[in-house]
Amino acid sequence: MAQIVIKNLKKQFGDFTAVRESSFTIEDGEFFMLLGPSGCGKTTTLRMIAGLELPTSGEIYLDGEEISQKRPRERDIAFVFQMFALYPHMNVRKNISYPLVSQGMPRAKIREKVAEVARILGIEDILDRPVGGLSGGDRQRVALGRAIVREPKAFMMDEPLGALDAEFREQMAEELRALHDRMGATTVYVTHDQLEAMQMGDKIVVMNNAVVEQFGPPQEIYDKPATVFVADFIGSPPMNFLPFSGRLAAGADRVALNGASFAVPVLREGAQGDLLFGVRPEHIRLVDDGGYRAEVLATEYLGTTQIVTLRSHNGDLKARISSDQPVRTGETVGLSFNARTISLFEAATGRALRSELNEGVLGDG
Amino acid sequence: MAEVVLAGVSKSFGQTQAISDVDLTVPDGSFVVLLGPTGAGKTTTLRLIAGLEKADAGDISIGGRRVNRKTPAQRDVAMVFQQYSLYPHLSVRENLAFPLKSPVLRTPAADIARKVAEVAEVLHISHKLDNKSTELSGGEMQRVSIGRALVRDPAVYLMDEPLSSLDAKLRADLRIELKRIHAEMAATLLYVTHDQIEAMTMASHVGVLDHGRLVQFGTPREVYESPHTTYVAARLGQPRINLLPAGLFGEAAPPGAVQIGLRPEHVGIGDGKDAQIVRVEHLGDQTRLHLKFAGYDVVTLTDPHTSLESGQSIAIAPKNPLFFDADGLRIR
Repeated sequence: MAQIVIKNLKKQFGDFTAVRESSFTIEDGEFFMLLGPSGCGKTTTLRMIAGLELPTSGEIYLDGEEISQKRPRERDIAFVFQMFALYPHMNVRKNISYPLVSQGMPRAKIREKVAEVARILGIEDILDRPVGGLSGGDRQRVALGRAIVREPKAFMMDEPLGALDAEFREQMAEELRALHDRMGATTVYVTHDQLEAMQMGDKIVVMNNAVVEQFGPPQEIYDKPATVFVADFIGSPPMNFLPFSGRLAAGADRVALNGASFAVPVLREGAQGDLLFGVRPEHIRLVDDGGYRAEVLATEYLGTTQIVTLRSHNGDLKARISSDQPVRTGETVGLSFNARTISLFEAATGRALRSELNEGVLGDG
Repeated sequence: MAEVVLAGVSKSFGQTQAISDVDLTVPDGSFVVLLGPTGAGKTTTLRLIAGLEKADAGDISIGGRRVNRKTPAQRDVAMVFQQYSLYPHLSVRENLAFPLKSPVLRTPAADIARKVAEVAEVLHISHKLDNKSTELSGGEMQRVSIGRALVRDPAVYLMDEPLSSLDAKLRADLRIELKRIHAEMAATLLYVTHDQIEAMTMASHVGVLDHGRLVQFGTPREVYESPHTTYVAARLGQPRINLLPAGLFGEAAPPGAVQIGLRPEHVGIGDGKDAQIVRVEHLGDQTRLHLKFAGYDVVTLTDPHTSLESGQSIAIAPKNPLFFDADGLRIR
């Protein structure tokens, strides 16, 4: 198994920059997510690691060996595509054994390996069936089987669950993650679904417009977003951003929003001009008193919690509160925020200001 | 606006029983969401009300008038489909005005203009009225197609998964918008979806369909908190309710109980019996614990910043459990 180090990786298609100097490290055995909207460069990054695209510049190390210019088959990496690409004329067993047959492995050894993979995936009973009549889930398992039977150093997966409906997707996501936990193989997984990334990943790289916006464990990215893009892309509903302008000094621990003063994590740098006050929906409380007022525009019941849409002097925001708390559309309520969790951003650049909250994460920016 | 009543309605297509003996009342001014997976009979129910299908048995009435033998046009319903179907060569204004220009209606031009302006305002597309419909984004197109239903003043609006082709952010916006439109127009609205979030967040009443049968009807809160069957319990709530053999926790189960149903928030942590943590999922606002308990998978929720890790064991016990009998029916 393998560690993958990406250094200053860049890819240009003519005038178009698909990936701008990106660097990150995928540790041995990690389930690593490349997350971002379509066109952000995540699939191109994955394809460069697999060798399906050659980088314009930069390096890729697989277990210490520089592989960026090597051919795919010299890299010992298995690729699982978005669509289950199976050979339709072969049965399940032949589909899974195909990579080994083409390697020239002895037949007895192949039988043994296929049996082992089938057991891991729980598809022993369908080995002799044609792939044509299989359910979506079984097709996906066979495609996975074909990837893992080679015992590659790492797996590359490009939205493998993208084509499945919601309920089934959830189940396959759990299955994939459990499979990873059993095998411990380094896995790089591309998705545009933030929930999938949070749910399955040990670490996440968030990409936008060919740039790596942030890289870290899911909870850290959620709690300490480096940019407005990350804070907005992760979480459902996403973080609220209340625009305000002011002058803040390093060491400040309060900001004023429309006359009301709110505590924030101690700032490690100063800022002035147009800023954004970032608060996640679950860190807003609705209170009777309180100087900062907002009108309730809508409530949405979700079982244990409800989402309340509010209109404040600094714009609309959504709060997630207990569904036991009665809230009426049209009423005016006071808002309080969980001070320790607040992020402040520069409006123009979208960059988070360094503070007590995020200093370990953002480092020197 | 009007009440819609289905009494003993059945419909089959060849061998397939699509709808079985459905009794359903959509109260005047309500927002009823029919929820169920593919094949549960949601769309058939809608089409029966619209008059696009004919019932094999039972009565359908709209506004107190039996409509079984009426044509779709005579039923005075407006339908919105999953796929927006706009006239590509017409502007947004012309698309919205189209249903009013029917020769049967003889709507005066001034009334049409007023109505279109009103609906465009409600849907926040006033600034796009003179655009070609092909120049709109997906969300705008779907709003126009909803608008085409709204310009009319039908007895009831019927909507078939109108948001399912939109991306997550737009769906979230339109959910709120639809609810607002419903409130402002005091319309009767019947909406079908397989998306539990849409059902929970928009509906005044949710009807759950299971293989053509209406198995529960009530407010979202009633259906979530007090499901009649394991099927209904599993339709609402994410992560899903944990269904386990009754007595597994050594709890006092009522006579006849075969299964205990515990929503993730009803698995108490701290006391009770030992469970192994298989996986910890940090989702940001909450953390899910995947547990192995007496050989069964159990999912529960905990604090986002928990220090619990996989491999550890924790004690769990049921809080507010639901019990179900051998047929999956709730025991109270």
